[in-house]
Amino acid sequence: MTETQSPIISIRGLTKTYEGGHQALKGIDLDIRKGEILALLGPNGAGKTTLISTICGLVRPTSGTVTVDGFDITKDYRETRKRIGLVPQELTLGAFDVVVDTVRFSRGLFGMRADHKRVDEILSDLSLDDKKDSIVTRLSGGMKRRVLIAKALAHEPRILFLDEPTAGVDVELRKDMWRLVEKLRESGVTIILTTHYIEEAEEIADRVGVISDGRLLVIDEKENLMSSLGKKQLIVDLRTTIPAVPESLASFDLELSDDGARITYTFDTQGERTGITALLQAMNEAGLGLKDLNTSQSSLEDIFVNLVKTDNER
Amino acid sequence: MNVEAVKAIYINEMRRTRKTLMQSVASPVISTVLYFVVFGSAIGSRIEAIDGVSYGSFIVPGLIMLSLLTQSISNASFGIFFPKFTGTVYEVMSAPISFVEVILGYVGAAATKSLIIGTIILITASFFVELNIAHPVWMLFFLVMTCISFSLFGFIIGLWADNFEKLQLIPLLVITPLVFLGGSFYSIDMLPDVWQKISLLNPVLYLISGFRWSFFEVSDVSVTVSLVMISVFMIACLLAVYAMFKTGYKLRQ
Repeated sequence: MTETQSPIISIRGLTKTYEGGHQALKGIDLDIRKGEILALLGPNGAGKTTLISTICGLVRPTSGTVTVDGFDITKDYRETRKRIGLVPQELTLGAFDVVVDTVRFSRGLFGMRADHKRVDEILSDLSLDDKKDSIVTRLSGGMKRRVLIAKALAHEPRILFLDEPTAGVDVELRKDMWRLVEKLRESGVTIILTTHYIEEAEEIADRVGVISDGRLLVIDEKENLMSSLGKKQLIVDLRTTIPAVPESLASFDLELSDDGARITYTFDTQGERTGITALLQAMNEAGLGLKDLNTSQSSLEDIFVNLVKTDNER
Repeated sequence: MNVEAVKAIYINEMRRTRKTLMQSVASPVISTVLYFVVFGSAIGSRIEAIDGVSYGSFIVPGLIMLSLLTQSISNASFGIFFPKFTGTVYEVMSAPISFVEVILGYVGAAATKSLIIGTIILITASFFVELNIAHPVWMLFFLVMTCISFSLFGFIIGLWADNFEKLQLIPLLVITPLVFLGGSFYSIDMLPDVWQKISLLNPVLYLISGFRWSFFEVSDVSVTVSLVMISVFMIACLLAVYAMFKTGYKLRQ
């Protein structure tokens, strides 16, 4: 486990202010562990793409440092960039390129010797065998996405960035993509993906970072994040409707539905006592008859929305 | 240096060239043939020899230069403009390469294509007029230097242009007049004094003059001056590209 704990990418005090004055990154500190899958969540314009573009060399940092495998991204850019593969958000492919040619081109561009067999394997991993000789512009959006992934993997990078990989992608490709991501991780590749789909992060990430307005609000193991920020709710359906929550229950964090038939109790999973027993007893004493009970746990999505909301209110 | 990257860019660019080979070769060949029919045979037969060189032969170096300059510029500018336009340039910008590899790949490929076209025009011309090349090595030297410098120049235009109109602007408004007024079809001795002096400000004049000297040993300006001028132009272009990459000009924010 020690190997997975040492950071492969280390970011310190990273800021980026664009020429127009827009400050996209406002001081990011982040360690990315070797071999992990890290999901960066955040609303549009949060700075996710700027962050990964900076690490990949497409954007110059205004201040701060980024090291990849101990190499500085500005001073030792040749060392850092050959370790990194990037799948951009936009479906950018040359208009007249043939699939296999463009993948071979990528491999050479990143300094790897031509190896047609290896390129064929990569294409096959992405189910692109039969599209090998097609012109990229004639491919569907999903296929283009696969070609972009193949290009990013052509030089066998140790780190793979996927910028919004499933934007506009159908279910099948999404599943294929996650299988591939799993396979890559097994081979030791570190994967960083940005997304604003929570399910995506919830499904495959080891750790989740939330970015909003150029700041990293939180980063933690997915489970920790869920439990530390997650709230549970107990939903009680009442046998008879009530006009208001009785006085005797005022000490609980309760919410009454508009029709007066349902009470929702929110409690912290980290607390020593959930207070459920006390609540149920108090309800019994208040003479409220129960029809049904339900509990639910907040998803990453709720956590995320809450975080971003609090951040905006600050 | 990342040799594999240079190879990859070069091969990729040459592949693009191969796909459009017919139009890239056919159009200069056809226009050259037309020039020879009109200027060489039809009008040229009524024009007396210039410095002892028949008019048909006299215009060959100028015609080759005309094609070389326009082809070098359009190839190289398109080569880098197109990836910028489609967005695929992200890959080049995130690759472990410096401006040296980028230049060698893109400009090398554009210059190669121009060189091929120049050679084809030379061969085509030899069917129409008698060509005795006095200094073949110098001829080749001028040919190669021109292809490289103007491909570099085209590359700069491609980096600078952010739309198709700008891409066409410089070749159309600057290069074509400079070539026509640079002595492609005449010796500047034929011009009035004032215009001769003005012509000396035209950098293309030095190219054509030097190139013509390598064929016929006649020139408007001294060969040394020609060599210095083309070298200066090439170095200026290299410095410009270097500065553009250093500052990330329109490529890296």
